[in-house]
Amino acid sequence: MIAIYKREMRYFFTGPVGYVFVAIFFAVSAAIFMSFTIQKGADASFSEYFTYMIILCVIEIPLITMKLMSEEIKMKTDQLILTAPVSLVGIVVAKFLAAYTLFGGSFVISSIIYYIPLSLYGTPEVATYLGCVIAVLLIGAAFIAVGEFISSLTENQFLAAFGTIAVILLLIFAQVINSYINVEFIRRIFSAVSVLSRYTYFTYGMFDWAAFAYYISLSTAFLFLTVRVLEKRRWS
Amino acid sequence: MIQIEHLTKKYGDRYAINDINFSVEKGEIVGFLGPNGAGKTTTMSILTGYLSSTSGKAMIDGMDILEHPMAVKKKIGYLPEIPPLYLDMTVKEYLNFIYDLKKCDLPRKQHIEEIADVVKLKDTLNRMIKNLSKGYRQRVGIAGALVGNPEVIIFDEPTNGLDPKQIIDIRNLIKDLGKDHTVILSTHILSEVKSICDRIIIISDGKIVADKKTYEIESALVGNRRFIIRVDGPKSSIANTIKRINGVVSVSTSVEYDDGSTSFFVESENQIDVRKPVFYAMAQNGWPILSLEPVGATIENIFLSVIGG
Repeated sequence: MIAIYKREMRYFFTGPVGYVFVAIFFAVSAAIFMSFTIQKGADASFSEYFTYMIILCVIEIPLITMKLMSEEIKMKTDQLILTAPVSLVGIVVAKFLAAYTLFGGSFVISSIIYYIPLSLYGTPEVATYLGCVIAVLLIGAAFIAVGEFISSLTENQFLAAFGTIAVILLLIFAQVINSYINVEFIRRIFSAVSVLSRYTYFTYGMFDWAAFAYYISLSTAFLFLTVRVLEKRRWS
Repeated sequence: MIQIEHLTKKYGDRYAINDINFSVEKGEIVGFLGPNGAGKTTTMSILTGYLSSTSGKAMIDGMDILEHPMAVKKKIGYLPEIPPLYLDMTVKEYLNFIYDLKKCDLPRKQHIEEIADVVKLKDTLNRMIKNLSKGYRQRVGIAGALVGNPEVIIFDEPTNGLDPKQIIDIRNLIKDLGKDHTVILSTHILSEVKSICDRIIIISDGKIVADKKTYEIESALVGNRRFIIRVDGPKSSIANTIKRINGVVSVSTSVEYDDGSTSFFVESENQIDVRKPVFYAMAQNGWPILSLEPVGATIENIFLSVIGG
């Protein structure tokens, strides 16, 4: 399991993927932070910034998850890891953690850096800020699990990327789409999967345990599905 | 060591393998012979835990791969048909990765150097796999299978697509490995199994059609001896002369050359070697023999004879 984690991290940072991700992440997050938080003047409000960080995931998460499983299938290297003494759960979790290290690491570091000007020139609520950071970290975990799952369905990494973008968009904007739909049944489904609407409480400085449980379940569910996909491939 | 019992794999309604039974003793080199699509790869994939069987058992040291996947997988080194290589790694990094993946407890540096020595990869250890030729990639694949010194080594068409020199190298390597490992390899090249394996299992349409020691397999080949002979002289007289020789079953003209010589395809009864009488008959008539080559037992012949007889 550690071997697979290390190999994924190595892949991120010996090739361009890791650097491109980090570069995009910091460039875009800094631009968003500048235009929505610092220049707003009066208050040290940052909830909008974090909302945009969630939306940014639409582009960033597929970048690091698209190849996660699909490349192994395409290059037939899945034959190596699936015949090695490593459990399927171990493989799926190791890959998840590698992608998560890249995302979570960049996000935590950027959040610490951006807190400095906030605290210098204003009086941000530490608890709210922390709550938002945790919420985005949880949402990111769910999206990475989604990305890994979709990547396990195909050997075409671009198909995996587009699929992931579509699903993440749906999870984020489910509530927005809902306002255009009249069918009660579909509305229920959409509000059940809405990721963004559950994030609102965190911006008020409240730690929403229901949302917390929801995000964790979402990640676990998709990781579990990924394991099932790998298992099914052996049986079919 | 290895036991396969009533192993069956179905894809929909089609049987990839159907009720396969065999066992392999420790230290044996077994050749898995069969045309493409016969079920060689499927059997190997099940034995290595890559695929699951529809029914039946695949066991190593009495442990079922489905019940004890971790323990069984540790005992196996597997080289699939296409070597599972990470092209963005160097050979050394790749072998180290497998070392970690298999959770080996041998002295790392020494073990990897030993393997590199055995498969002649010492000078390539620091090169990127994507820059290596097919022959070298195949060797890296073999090296990967050897990491952790597994008791059972499974090679799926290890010499496929290599040049003759590389094929000889790899065959010698497999022979050496057979001294202290149990080896199963698949191929569709008959000379390969003949030169390497102690035992040959022929599989066709998902079923085992022959399971014999290598020295027994050729006597399984019932049918006529065949050779092609090229003689300079009058075509029809030569054919008639050969036909009259005791033991000859048939003579047919295969190619007529510009220099006046003709080559004939001659079949004779299995027990009688007619080459000497043919030589004397030609010499008596003053027709020089330009060439005589036996048509060897081909995989097709073996198949036809084994399946038919």
